[in-house]
Amino acid sequence: MLEALAFYIFAAVTLVSAIGVVASRNIVRSAVCLLGTLGGVACLYFLLNANLLAAIQLIVYAGGTLILIVFGVMLTSKSPWVVFDPTRGQVVGAVIVSILLATGLCMLLVGNEWPAGTAMTASPHVKDVGTMLLTDYLVPFEAASVLLLVVMIGAAYLARPEK
Amino acid sequence: MGGIQVGNLCHNVGSAARTMMDTMDAIRNILADQFWFSIVLGLVVFGGIQGAVAYAILLERKISAWTQDRYGPNRVGPYGILQPIADGLKFFLKEDIIPANVDKALFIFAPWMIFVVALVGFAVIPWGGSFKWGWMEATAKPMVVQVASVDIGLLYIVAVSSLSVYGVVLGGWASNNKYSFYGAIRAAAQMLSYEVPMGMCLMAAILMTGSLRLEEMVDWQARHGWAVMYHPIAALVLFITALAEANRMPFDLAESEQELIGGYHTEYSALKLALFFLAEYSHMITSSAMMICIFFGGYLVPGWEWLNTTPTFGAALVRVAVFAFKIFLFICLYMLIRWTIPRFRFDQLMRLAWKGLVPMTMTLVAAQGLVLYMGWSQWTTTAVNIGVFLFGGFVSVAGGKAVTGRQLSLRRAEAMG
Repeated sequence: MLEALAFYIFAAVTLVSAIGVVASRNIVRSAVCLLGTLGGVACLYFLLNANLLAAIQLIVYAGGTLILIVFGVMLTSKSPWVVFDPTRGQVVGAVIVSILLATGLCMLLVGNEWPAGTAMTASPHVKDVGTMLLTDYLVPFEAASVLLLVVMIGAAYLARPEK
Repeated sequence: MGGIQVGNLCHNVGSAARTMMDTMDAIRNILADQFWFSIVLGLVVFGGIQGAVAYAILLERKISAWTQDRYGPNRVGPYGILQPIADGLKFFLKEDIIPANVDKALFIFAPWMIFVVALVGFAVIPWGGSFKWGWMEATAKPMVVQVASVDIGLLYIVAVSSLSVYGVVLGGWASNNKYSFYGAIRAAAQMLSYEVPMGMCLMAAILMTGSLRLEEMVDWQARHGWAVMYHPIAALVLFITALAEANRMPFDLAESEQELIGGYHTEYSALKLALFFLAEYSHMITSSAMMICIFFGGYLVPGWEWLNTTPTFGAALVRVAVFAFKIFLFICLYMLIRWTIPRFRFDQLMRLAWKGLVPMTMTLVAAQGLVLYMGWSQWTTTAVNIGVFLFGGFVSVAGGKAVTGRQLSLRRAEAMG
């Protein structure tokens, strides 16, 4: 009962702030709404006993990625009164991509059997997650780290002082 | 007639006593249930921290006065001990100004955000180990003096404290003021940079104790001695990053009065300004508690074996008192540093983080991993710590570059900013 109530609250927070992300015309407010979405999803993870995933969601997305986005946005938009005005072409493109994504997700949702009643009673051990990352999923893990390294080198190259 | 009345009276007294017994039993049952105990403890800790914050501000003013050879606040109550109440009242009664050209929603949101984030961190701090009430059965599970014992303990604190930058950044941005904006930008860059060495220090500690739970880290230290003996430099770096994360001197570039008026909170007044201060001091208390749990033995006292083996409520209270005393010492250290060490310049700040602290702590993590893998004695890391410290000192001396003043390594245009 309590859990269901918490689920609906967090789901509502996630959805409402997700609507805020796309509806807001001020780009920093959009970013703040995105914070609500990411936080709501993290709370849902907590509710599902996936503590590690929730913490990583907060550390990586809310605390790391999003703050970089906000940082970039703040440096580029000079005043709180600059409104975000997409061109018609951008809107059409966004609509097409969103429809494709939505149909894909809906097909995934409908086309699969979702096992019911297999709630985790305890959080999976951090140790197990770590072991899996460094054994079964080593290649994707390392590929992700190489990708990040490439991004870092690229950023350093772009940001170097002109010689 | 009289007999009936006396009988009724006796009956009433008896039932009153019985209801009282029932209530007592109910209270005892509630206190013996970890869920309700945690809720009560959460409220107590919340109140305790708010009170401690009020007096920490007084302590700061007293220490600043002592450092500068003044009296400090001494008009309200004996020795000024009622000053926090007067300060609080003043903040409540002042006019709450919202300037015309601010982003109103974010302007109001930012102080609350930073305040809430600073407060939820204390949930996983083990304040006093575990104990049993006198009325509990011997086989019952002992109560834990901790609001929430989650398996990701330390990561929870890191996750929550990584959100605290939003309050500063959004507050500064929403103010629509250049000085506030500079403060916000500085705060964002500073907090992101200092999170890296902080994570590395925590990683060294996690590798050493083999657990993310703060209570297990304290237990490990009960068996092996305080972790600061094995990783003194990691403890020092963690303290430095805690100063930076709390935007305290010498890292308070986000608000530096002389350059930015008040930085990100220039436009704030009354209760909203108070929330920023409450958040800063709460953050200091939470981060000291975290450092004490990881490196300074939590509620342990060397030589007092009985302290962490006695499972009574009284012993738990003593443990909490020991913990509180250690936090007090840390807070005093924070304050002494604020009133003695001058502020860094921004390029010095960044160089310290990326060229100094990050390589040092990375070496420590690698050394700790190697020690674990090879099964060497834990004391090896002490040697590595000292080595890293000496090497760092040697490099900075042999480099011969000026630490303060204009940077000769920079071109003139860069040095002038």
